[in-house]
Amino acid sequence: MPARIIGRLLLSFVLLWASSVLIFGGIEVLPGDFATTYLGQSATPQAIANIRLELGLDRPVVTRYLGWLAGIAQGDFGRSWASGQPIAEQLGHRLGNSLLLAAAAAVIAVPLAVGLGIVAVIFRDRLIDRLINILSLAAVSLPEFFIAYLLILVLVVQHPVAAFPATIYGGMSLFEKLHTIALPVATLVLVCIAHMMRMTRAALLNVLSTPYMETATLKGLSRLRAIFVHATPNALAPIINVVALNLAYLVVGVVVVEVVFVYPGMGQYMVDAVTVRDLPVVQACGLVFAAIYIALNMIADVLSILVNPRLRHPR
Amino acid sequence: MKALFPIPASAAIGLLGLAVVLVCAMFAPWISPFDPNAVIGDPWGPAQPGHPLGFDNLGRDLLSRLITGARTTVFVALAATVIAFVIGVFLGLTAAILRGLTDAVLSRFNDLLMSIPTLIFALIVLSALPQNLMVLILVMAVLDATRIYRLARALAMDVGAVEFVEAARLRGEGLLWLLGREILPNTMTPLLAEFGLRLAFNVLFISTLSFLGLGIQPPTADWGSMVKENKDGIIFGVSAALVPGAAIALLTVSINLVVDWLLRRTASLRGGRDDG
Repeated sequence: MPARIIGRLLLSFVLLWASSVLIFGGIEVLPGDFATTYLGQSATPQAIANIRLELGLDRPVVTRYLGWLAGIAQGDFGRSWASGQPIAEQLGHRLGNSLLLAAAAAVIAVPLAVGLGIVAVIFRDRLIDRLINILSLAAVSLPEFFIAYLLILVLVVQHPVAAFPATIYGGMSLFEKLHTIALPVATLVLVCIAHMMRMTRAALLNVLSTPYMETATLKGLSRLRAIFVHATPNALAPIINVVALNLAYLVVGVVVVEVVFVYPGMGQYMVDAVTVRDLPVVQACGLVFAAIYIALNMIADVLSILVNPRLRHPR
Repeated sequence: MKALFPIPASAAIGLLGLAVVLVCAMFAPWISPFDPNAVIGDPWGPAQPGHPLGFDNLGRDLLSRLITGARTTVFVALAATVIAFVIGVFLGLTAAILRGLTDAVLSRFNDLLMSIPTLIFALIVLSALPQNLMVLILVMAVLDATRIYRLARALAMDVGAVEFVEAARLRGEGLLWLLGREILPNTMTPLLAEFGLRLAFNVLFISTLSFLGLGIQPPTADWGSMVKENKDGIIFGVSAALVPGAAIALLTVSINLVVDWLLRRTASLRGGRDDG
């Protein structure tokens, strides 16, 4: 087992390194000169040459890539072209905000989704199951911003109970922060809960159709005991997998939600940077998002090795 | 035919929704009652006779923009999905047939592309590329092709191991024959269902990009940018932004209902266990 897990860890590092090449190199090979983009179409050749020199774009790509990577290893993401400020400072602060949002959503969504999935299986093919199914289909199909604006219209404009925009700042107490981010968190929960629930239900039903579950039923175990004690442990691996995938999705899902609620997180930072083509910021945010995504996927795989005895003790 | 496959209510609703959107998309210039870009009323003016949905943030007729927007949104999503399928299915089937080094290189590169979240990848690429419709469609198509590659390769690996394909290979048939005549027909149903799911995803994706201001540029009407244009009205209780949002929802729900039905139908045809 340790070899398997170490192998998976190594693979993640290779992926992370490769995606850093892709993020840095991808922007390099795409057509369009940054200095021209940066100055606009009407820039004189002299001005373009100056700006290239100033931004260090005259050095070879490999040198710049290695410099960029070495900087990141020391926590230095370079400076923003738009503001001239160091990126790391902004990034750290905004990453914290985004993680707060994602974590709050996860704490609510994961138990709720797994619980509802189990409920759907217990009441299979009855009204509750059908209802959960229809609602989850709707939730998968609705765009995040639609859910968000619907919540704003109902809970801010018509019945003022929640806050908008969700602006948080340093001096707020945790309770104040939580009240402010209630709506974005609710949106994220609604968006990611459906998929997790459907997969939990499917994973459990899959196990329920196996011969040993039939035996459990035939030897007279109650349905609840059969589901909780016999089926759930074996459905755990796929459930953990889908939960981790959805957490990864959450981290990306914050982008749209942050823009809707004017929340000072990393998604908003990245979208703003893309709009003004502030490439160092785009690259830094892209790399951090990719790193979180790769890490969560790795955790999913490692956990499913750990909970599965067949993988834990290979023959 | 009808007796063999009775259409359930959910699928009928889906087909109806799909038909409404497609008719709007195809015949937009003839259906839309007003010029979608002409300012003919008050900003966020309420609904009135002749303007059942009211006006948008500049005073343009919301219904006309909605109908015209259907055309842009459906076209971009459909074009991206079709191109993604051509790339993904071709490379996936090629990898499955040739195996060996080709398969390894293509698959590892695909893993790499998939290790970065789609939206983040799109943001990175769009920050460096010029903003126009063609670029947008191609970026969406390439990102989507990674998912389709994986499915097509897995399906073809399954089918490719079957005797009749082996027989055709031994007979000396070329790559194109194997792809087009042996493997593709046998992987059609799952691919069709996947096409629906990817289409729904691409409708959401182009709408999201437009909503973020990085997709289709004004003044062209599309559903995502209509939400963006009208979002500030929400705080004043103007629900103009919700109308295009609901249209997106109608389209994706319809597609999902039809795909659900398609998948269930084939599952029961194969005599598999019915798992709801």
